Amino acid sequence: MSVIKSAVVLGVLLGAVAYTVWLERKVVGHIQNRWGPTRVGPFGLLQPIAVGLKLFVKEDLTPPYVYKPLYIAAPLIAIIFALTSISMVPFGNDVVVGGYTIPFQITDVNTGLLIILGITSIGVYGVALAGWSSNNKYSLLGGLRASAQMVSYEISLGLSVVGVLIMAGSFSLRTIVDSQAGLFWGFIPRWNIFTGQFVGFFCYLIAAYAETNRIPFDLPEAETELVAGYHTEYSSMKFAMFFMAEYANMITVGCLATLLFFGGWRGPIFGPGILQAIEPVFWFVAKVVVFLFIYIWVRGTLPRFRYDQLMAFGWKVLLPLSLANLIATAIAVAW
Amino acid sequence: MLSVHLVLFLVFGAVALAGAVNLLAQTHPINSALSLIAVMAALAGEYLLLGAEFVAAVQVIVYAGAIMVLFVFVIMLLNAGVEERTKGSRVAILFGIPGMLLGSLLVAWVLLRYSGTGEVAAGALPGAPKTIGPLLFHEFLLPFEITSILILIAIMGAVVLASKPPSSPVPPREGGF
Repeated sequence: MSVIKSAVVLGVLLGAVAYTVWLERKVVGHIQNRWGPTRVGPFGLLQPIAVGLKLFVKEDLTPPYVYKPLYIAAPLIAIIFALTSISMVPFGNDVVVGGYTIPFQITDVNTGLLIILGITSIGVYGVALAGWSSNNKYSLLGGLRASAQMVSYEISLGLSVVGVLIMAGSFSLRTIVDSQAGLFWGFIPRWNIFTGQFVGFFCYLIAAYAETNRIPFDLPEAETELVAGYHTEYSSMKFAMFFMAEYANMITVGCLATLLFFGGWRGPIFGPGILQAIEPVFWFVAKVVVFLFIYIWVRGTLPRFRYDQLMAFGWKVLLPLSLANLIATAIAVAW
Repeated sequence: MLSVHLVLFLVFGAVALAGAVNLLAQTHPINSALSLIAVMAALAGEYLLLGAEFVAAVQVIVYAGAIMVLFVFVIMLLNAGVEERTKGSRVAILFGIPGMLLGSLLVAWVLLRYSGTGEVAAGALPGAPKTIGPLLFHEFLLPFEITSILILIAIMGAVVLASKPPSSPVPPREGGF
């Protein structure tokens, strides 16, 4: 049972990764007054498949003078930890089919959120080791930047979600979603973003952008100064693994934002039984897509930070802000 | 009859031991650091099997995910090369390994004989965050706060060491006209 579920979730996730790339190319294209991919399939919809095929059949180069064991292990570490963290994410309510209860989640652990944070914190080794083992100064600089940046912003990321944890009183993602049930005055949903966690969400959003190495915090792969950063020496599928890991991390971060701040799969439920079973998943996916769209929108809009600005912002603005949010939430809950 | 729990416990224990031995055997610092990460991860697995989910998660986040990243960071930054084996290290191997075995056997014997703790079933220890929180903030509040002061002092020490010394004025030229 859980094997089937894992396979389904993994398949959907990889498909989602491919089409997030498509979405990004389309949206960024339109932001820059271009069309984006249009040639392969209608609206360029088959483009991800073509790109995947291309990466798959490309020659796999291993430059001389790399430290081979880690050079090969690094992309594997990146992709494995990026894909594992999705296993804790609940996508919807339990569904009862012919007497069987099917939870829309691979495993429900009562410390689910902590485990996701743990898995993503291990993921940094993929980037760091790729930079070091490539034996290339641009790669090394990218790897160093990535590890410093991710350790710095992880603290703000962790602190920004503690407000939600205090309000829900649990680490279990399912309980956190259940704590956001109901409406204010009959029309505003009681999502955490509307019940005082706005600052928390702001801190989470910024820290998450830095954690996933996205613009405006994509210093580890800043192409104007570092060629391609940590994956300069990678080609073919090894490069694709880093790419997939980055997008899988984006999706995980989007799922977490949805679960923690936007009520997870909660939304208006109506219609006949079969529709009612599907709608929670639909709401969940819709919210994640909105989040991914914001990611891409920011990418198409903001310039890149300078490295000292990035560090100063993380330690001097984001960390105090998330701490203040934590203290304010604690006082409000204790009241 | 071996339960799945016990088998996993032994497997994680073996991984932790193998990682620790590999940590000593490797000559390149980055390999040693990676073995240490494997040890930390295996220990987290052991904690998880004993029912301490919170401690396991913290072990991974703090040790494997943050402290060891800094280790790897420093090794990468200094571009540390392969460690050199000197005469001293041979002496250390000759006397250190038997000494360490003896010492750990002694500690294990004393703990088993005199600490008065019996066997603990897997998952019997309080491990949920809800039980650890009150323990930390009621019964062990003083040690907890003292530890945080200790860490604060360590941070201040690191800042003092890392900050640049006040630039000394240019030494006056001796002699001359």
